[in-house]
Amino acid sequence: MSLTDAADASHTSAPATTRKLSTSKAMVEAVAAEMDRDQDVFVMGEDVGAYGGIFSSTTGLVDRFGPQRVVDTPISESAFIGAAIGAAVEGMRPIAELMFVDFFGVCMDQIYNHMAKIHYESGGNVRVPMVLTTAVGGGYSDGAQHSQCLWGTFAHLPGMKVVAPSNPADAKGLMTSAIRDDNPVVYMFHKGIMGLPWMAKNPRSVGPVPEEDYEVPIGKAAIARPGTDVTIATLSLSVHHALDVADELAGDDIDCEVVDLRSLVPLDTDTILESVGRTGRLLVVDEDYRSFGVSGEIIARVAERDPGMLAAPPVRVAVPDVPIPYARGLEDAVLPTSERIRNAVFGVMGR
Amino acid sequence: MDTATRLDLYRTMVLIRTYEEAILREYHADKKPVFDIGAGAIPGEMHLSAGQEPVAAGVCAHLTSSDAVTATHRPHHFAIAHGVDMHRMTAEIFGRVDGLGKGRGGHMHLFDPDVHFSCSGIIAEGYPPALGQAMAFQRRGTDAVAVAVTGEGAANQGAFHESLNLAALWKLPVVFVIEDNEWGISVPRSASTCVTSNADRAAGYGIPGTRVEDNSVEGVHRAASEAVARARAGDGPSLLEVHTLRLWGHFEGDPQAYRHDLDGVPGRDPLPTYEQTLRDEGVLDEAAVKSVAADASERVEDAIAFARRSPLPDPKEALGLVFA
Repeated sequence: MSLTDAADASHTSAPATTRKLSTSKAMVEAVAAEMDRDQDVFVMGEDVGAYGGIFSSTTGLVDRFGPQRVVDTPISESAFIGAAIGAAVEGMRPIAELMFVDFFGVCMDQIYNHMAKIHYESGGNVRVPMVLTTAVGGGYSDGAQHSQCLWGTFAHLPGMKVVAPSNPADAKGLMTSAIRDDNPVVYMFHKGIMGLPWMAKNPRSVGPVPEEDYEVPIGKAAIARPGTDVTIATLSLSVHHALDVADELAGDDIDCEVVDLRSLVPLDTDTILESVGRTGRLLVVDEDYRSFGVSGEIIARVAERDPGMLAAPPVRVAVPDVPIPYARGLEDAVLPTSERIRNAVFGVMGR
Repeated sequence: MDTATRLDLYRTMVLIRTYEEAILREYHADKKPVFDIGAGAIPGEMHLSAGQEPVAAGVCAHLTSSDAVTATHRPHHFAIAHGVDMHRMTAEIFGRVDGLGKGRGGHMHLFDPDVHFSCSGIIAEGYPPALGQAMAFQRRGTDAVAVAVTGEGAANQGAFHESLNLAALWKLPVVFVIEDNEWGISVPRSASTCVTSNADRAAGYGIPGTRVEDNSVEGVHRAASEAVARARAGDGPSLLEVHTLRLWGHFEGDPQAYRHDLDGVPGRDPLPTYEQTLRDEGVLDEAAVKSVAADASERVEDAIAFARRSPLPDPKEALGLVFA
């Protein structure tokens, strides 16, 4: 299967398979295949071994590859993420897991001052081929320190690629690409799309996944749903909310196009511009904080190219600039829920 | 210690001092009469290692180009002692296209993969990557070791303690080196550190800890010998602290008004001290001293000439090489 076919298959045509997997199993399948293929690939992080990752990102890997290649670490994120960097510098291909992205505060120096800068500072003489996996997102009352997305923070800092799949097929293909990439890739998986049995999930968190080896190219967005009236640019779990709203609004005679960004770095600006060029309206849905982030960046890229392509002012649905609250009702009030997306579509359509 | 080793240690120390004196000269040459840190052929912060030569010379004498070194914001002595390409290192300090980082790194960010050398400007944060280099060596079944260097101020950082625990837990082939030059910029160790010897902290991680008190290159050499051998044998990491001397300022331009020990500093300079010892013991004579100095000077001036000949980077290239 070619790269483009694999990427398109999950969005624009029926995949060449009827086998269905959860996002977590699709992720693990990619990791296992790469570990089989390349002895330099190994996994380390907190609870990645016997537990299989708190969000099932490494289920079964230790049984298959043993504790030397699936390594439980102490709660020492600076030390083990830094160790992944050093191993990558020596030509290995480590996958290090930061259990929750919210924990980046204890290890960000290794990530943004070392992982992301070594290639540039070395004039391209040293590569850092590693994957930093991390769980993101809220919606299950885990409070302000365990519910953030923060992808805008990582995407803001140069030197690391940033991907965030929304579905099982992309989760597998993006993981394969991330492991094979010669650059550091931050792979951000939303807990709400993993298909976990202990968390409410969107039906699309289980979906068709080709058995064979394929890559979803990093830096290529997908049209998750073609439409003509408004472009909803979004990523990760919010893609599902956007698709749900788009299905609903089809009955109101509003034809939404949903662009699944899939990668933030590099950002597929062309696909966004092409879509907005056709629809003339832009709504950005982002589960990260509103200010200084992804939603502003996407609107800026459109405005920089040609503000005239917008028939209406762009709209964004994001987390208003508050910490994520705990109580269910409070949390739902700040997350980009279907209701907020629906209202925003009506707004940008002038209804 | 045999004569050849002593002469090698002396030569390395002289080479480092000669280098730092030359960089000092070049750095200040076009920053007169008014010091402007961003001006001149070598702009930016400049942290020189004069006085700390015994640490680098003594430790690196046990290493080969297969071993890794992660150094600090004050990296030149370890770079030279570990065999980093002096021409390209100097070109990097001058911000030229032939530099190790093609002018993108600067003196705190020198990477020479041929000898597994790197450095970082962030205190204590060079330790974690060394763990990973050691992991790679261990997993590939080589007997290479990783030497992770910090100053004494770094021993109060989290990454330091995380790294010692992890290396001890996984028996990684690492030698942790602390250069205790007594000063964290302007803060004396008495105001920063709760123990008199950071080597004592090794006990907290169940690994050997040694402190070399006298900044003697032979003392460092002996202590490092054990630590490196232990790592190579697969017996795990060690911690080696050396009570050394920051002969000059934290960075160039540092007025050092805070420094109450300056009067005694010249007498503690390890280079003339070692030279005198070698003379007294008949290892060195006047002709040999001159010859070592001339060789060092030739190498250093050659590297500086190489750097000055190398073109400045095209500003348009600033956008390249973010990704491989």
